[in-house]
Amino acid sequence: MQVQITVNKKPRTDEVEPRQLLVHYLRDTAGLKATNVGCDTTSCGACTVLLDGVSVKSCTVLTAQADGGTVVTVEGLGGTADGGQMHPVQSAFREEHGLQCGFCTPGMVMASVGLLSENPNPTEHEVREGLEGNYCRCTGYHNILRAVLLAAQSPDAGKPEAQVSA
Amino acid sequence: MIPAPFDYVRATSAEHILELMAQHGDEAKLLAGGHSLLPMMKVRLASPTVLIDIASVPELSYVKVDGDDLVIGATTSHATVANSDLIQADAPLLSYAAAQIGDPQIRHRGTIGGSLAHSDPAADLPMTLVALDGTFELLGPSGTRSVKAEDFFIGYFETALEHDEIISAVRVPRRPGVGWGYEKFTRRANDWAIVGIATVAGRVAMANMGSIPARPVATEQALAGGQGIAEAAALAADGIEPAGDMHATTAYRQHLARVLTRRALETAASRNQA
Repeated sequence: MQVQITVNKKPRTDEVEPRQLLVHYLRDTAGLKATNVGCDTTSCGACTVLLDGVSVKSCTVLTAQADGGTVVTVEGLGGTADGGQMHPVQSAFREEHGLQCGFCTPGMVMASVGLLSENPNPTEHEVREGLEGNYCRCTGYHNILRAVLLAAQSPDAGKPEAQVSA
Repeated sequence: MIPAPFDYVRATSAEHILELMAQHGDEAKLLAGGHSLLPMMKVRLASPTVLIDIASVPELSYVKVDGDDLVIGATTSHATVANSDLIQADAPLLSYAAAQIGDPQIRHRGTIGGSLAHSDPAADLPMTLVALDGTFELLGPSGTRSVKAEDFFIGYFETALEHDEIISAVRVPRRPGVGWGYEKFTRRANDWAIVGIATVAGRVAMANMGSIPARPVATEQALAGGQGIAEAAALAADGIEPAGDMHATTAYRQHLARVLTRRALETAASRNQA
């Protein structure tokens, strides 16, 4: 079947199998390898992306369900490659070293952007609950928590297009 | 893990859903949020040959007041139910229960109708709708019929839905200020309930104490007869024999039912402003 999905601001038209999972569309069809498949059972959150503005686990969404929609992966945030600045959440994860092995990080960052879009000024408890769907098996949760609270100081941290000021 | 092949078709209206169901018959499954169905399809416990996606049918997603009831469209997401001002004010047990499902990502996708139609005895919403004395509107080729929540659940993953019907809406009585309680005992964060309790207005329903949400009749009768919470809660497992499994024996589930019922009733009493 044919799907039209806007991925990281770029409209795409692709021929896909109806059974293709969104995470495989992003990795294999769109070539965006940052989004990881962790548990593949809707538990770990490594595959979290934004679909139509809210966080979802892309291992449990069909590409077909996203037809006509808008997806943002961690590659769609800020980024210095094309002369831009990092997104406030990316910057805060670096500042607070909110990662160890890094496998959960793309999902953690996208879940954090989603959380901050719904709750721009979360308490520490709200950040813990807001990230309950994302596992860090290095158990580096304290620095992740600090990173999200630091990012929340930026008023735009819930917007995918936000960049830290130069 | 990849589901077995299927054809995907997106319904555009409630009428269109019924047409597609008539056309594809028993080989088709309805897809709303997909957070119960897709995990089963990925491990090939379910292999429908057609998926009818009902998530973008506009008339199935809403929250509204209808006289003494709140009416919630079947494809309304758990996140919307949890955050709705109307539901928080008039049926706070329901918004709280929706907020206990899974995690934020799951609540963005999962739907109230999907969770109820799935009829998992360990899930949050079936017991909640039984405690709330909710009613489900079932839409089929000959129109809409209403079924009480306590008559809807028939067995493990089995409901009163006919093969050509869908849940179109969920109806709950508006009870602002009436105390409510909710307890869920899990071994790990985000697990399914080993035992869950929902209570409001003297009704109690329990998750995972059998194949469908269980009502502790002895407890409810004791409360109605004026007995105290501790005495009533001590009867919560009377006549209820849940299966044992790797998580809990029958006796342990019965113990949890008594303890959690007491806690839920105490919370409900402390919240009651009616």
